[in-house]
Formats: sequence, structure tokens, C-alpha cells
Amino acid sequence: MKNFLATRWGIIAVGGFIGILASLLQFWGNPANMGICVACFERDIAGALGLHRAAVVQYMRPEIIGFVLGSFTAAYLFKEFRSRLGSAPVVRFILGVFAMIGALIFLGCPWRALLRFAGGDLNAILGLAGLAFGIWVGTLFLKSGYNLGRTHKTHTAAGWMMPLIMLGFLIIMLFNPPVIGENQGGLLFYSVEGPGSMYAPLIVSLVVGLLIGFLAQKSRFCTMGALRDLILFKQTHLFGGLLALAVMAFLTNLVLGQFNVGFVGQPVAHNMHFWNFAGMGLAGLAFALAGGCPGRQLFLSGEGDGDASVFVIGMIVGAAIAHNFGLASSPAGVTTAGIGAVIVGVLVCIMIGLTMKEKVA
Amino acid sequence: MSNVVDARGLSCPQPVIITVNEIKKIGQGEITVLVDTDTAKENVSRATNSQGWSVLEINPDEEGYKIRIGK
Repeated sequence: MKNFLATRWGIIAVGGFIGILASLLQFWGNPANMGICVACFERDIAGALGLHRAAVVQYMRPEIIGFVLGSFTAAYLFKEFRSRLGSAPVVRFILGVFAMIGALIFLGCPWRALLRFAGGDLNAILGLAGLAFGIWVGTLFLKSGYNLGRTHKTHTAAGWMMPLIMLGFLIIMLFNPPVIGENQGGLLFYSVEGPGSMYAPLIVSLVVGLLIGFLAQKSRFCTMGALRDLILFKQTHLFGGLLALAVMAFLTNLVLGQFNVGFVGQPVAHNMHFWNFAGMGLAGLAFALAGGCPGRQLFLSGEGDGDASVFVIGMIVGAAIAHNFGLASSPAGVTTAGIGAVIVGVLVCIMIGLTMKEKVA
Repeated sequence: MSNVVDARGLSCPQPVIITVNEIKKIGQGEITVLVDTDTAKENVSRATNSQGWSVLEINPDEEGYKIRIGK
């Protein structure tokens, strides 16, 4: 059977669909220019679990749960589920940690960079340029033979780990709802103010997450891959999806009155141009070395890829590190510790890129 | 006729890179590419066409797919 979603128009449709829904999620209650942000939402999940105690960014985001479970459903339905792991997991963990730290210096994953741009936040241009630069550096390593080695087929149940973790999060959330005015509802932390306190109704977020997870698994939607394939192979297939996301989010924002152009006073953003560029540069390089943007890593986790799951866990731990040690930026700008972390992260990624070449041919 | 590219277990974009490298190396002829995911199957097929080669045959097997490409 031909997979329509993996054709040119299929990926454009999926990208556009994500753009519209992301913008709508903002309308329904998610933070501004943050309808969907994989990095921010994994950071909020780390907060909900109490792995960090930044009180303004704690919420068990159902979109993330939906991404993994939607992808899991699609993979099983179309017989694509395949449990595999073993391609340098610890390296992928470290890449996840630094990808998250870079993203939190900029304040967003590639999806949010596009959504910020589509909402008129011009600081996103620096982030997107940094993302492209980081990915370009990654392609230099790819061209000179960088790769993390082969995965191996493993027990089917090993591939269920991430979907089961997400199912567990959902169940915990259902039994521990927020208590109005309280920072803790049973087992979970809930922000009382700040971005973590802004969310669409649980059922809406979950259904949107499931839908996107399902479609993205089949379409292989990936923002990092979009730029990488353009740079590496001059191929525009995935790029169509990226463009569609930005354009449709922009149009939906116009309709909903959510478009507000400028550099200053943008929601959950700062305008330290160099660090917006550098933070996203670090994240882009880490995504390129790991083979997927944060969204794609979630979809891969859902279809049985244990290495992608390790990357996701790395990102969640990275968020905890970023907030516990004051590395994450705030609307006031970057921190000294954050600058140090970007430098360390870039050095670590370069070391990984230079030293990890496995002969595969 | 015995050019085989084993891309099983490799993450994106390795299957495409090694397939394109082999295409460029031999210029003309036939290559069998082994992949283990549907994503890699689609990516290799797309890259094959953009190199001016064609996909001759795709056979599912135990481990994934055997893709025969040629020019």
C-alpha cells in the first residue's frame, strides 16, 4: 500500500495540520506562541514530576503523552512497530541533555521557533538561523563518516517502555488532578502562575497529541531532518512540512488575532540575539547528531526505537539540570551559568562528532 | 551484480548517505539495499529517484526490506 502521508502533499498536509492545531491550542489555553513546544513541554513534565522546582513551569503536558501513544497506535496499526536499540544509548542520552539545555537558552524547540516566528516574534529568526547553523555543522560530521553505529532488534516488550511510561503519566495525572491555588495536586506539581499554569483542557490536549502523533509517525515529519536534507542532499521533501507548519500557524494566528510583530515584549522570549542563535545552534547540532528533532524522537519512541527513548529521557533530565542549576534563560535573558553550559555543550558535541565514526559500509 | 548495501539498524540519514555513496561509486548497474524500517525504505527510494536511478523491486523479508535499484 502506498503511504500517502509520506508523499510530498502528505507531509505538507501534516505540517499544515500541526500548524493550525498548535495555533488553536494557544487559543484554547496553552501559552502564547507555545501551542506545541516539545522542549518546553518536556521541561514542564520534568517540573510536574518534581525533578526541578521552577514553580512557573510545572505541568504534565498531555500533548507529549499523546505524541508517543498516537505514534504507537499508528505503528501497530500499519505493522511498523519494531523494537530496536543499542546504537550508543549513553551518547544519545548526553545529546538529549545538551539539546534541551540549548533549547532552553533560546526558549523553545524547533517547532516553537517556527510558532514564535508565525506569531510575529522576530527573535525567532535568530533561533532558526542558529538551528540551521547547528545542523549544518552536524552535516559536516555526517559527511566525514560520523555515525553512532547500528541498532539491534530486541524483545518486543522493550519497545513498549516509552509508551508505557507515557500511559503511566496519563494515569497518574487522571488520579492527581490540580487543586485550585495549590502548587501540588497529590503526586504531581502544578504551576499556579506562569507558562506552566496555562493549558488547554486535558482532553483537548490529549486528543490533539494523539492525532499529531498518529499522523507524524506515518509522515516521518521532522524539522531537523527538513533542514538537514536540504543542506546535505538539496532535498526539499521534509522542508515542505516545515514550511506548511509555519504558514498555517501564521494564517491561523491572523484569524484568531494572535499575531503581534516585534522583537520586544514577546511572550516567553528574550532578545539577546547572539544567545538565541547560539542556544539553538547547540540544540540543532545535538539533534543532527542524534538523527531527529525532539518531536521526531517522541514519534520514534512510540514505534519501538529504544535509542530515541533514551534521547527523550536525556531531554527530560536535561530540563531538570537546566532549571536546578540556573542554566535556562528567562524573559530577562540568559544566565552566566547558561553561557557556560552552551560552551561545554558545543565542545561535547564536537568531541562526539569527531570521534564517533563506525565503519558501516 | 553483487553490490549490496547493508543499511539495517542505521539511523537517519545514514541509509541514504551510504546508498548514494554506492550509486556514485559504481555510476551504473544494480545495487541491493537492505533496510529494516519503512522510513528507511521510503528515504532510500526517494534518494534513488533523485539520483536518476530507479527502484526495480522491493521485497519484504524477515529483517525488513530488500530494495533492488538500478540504472
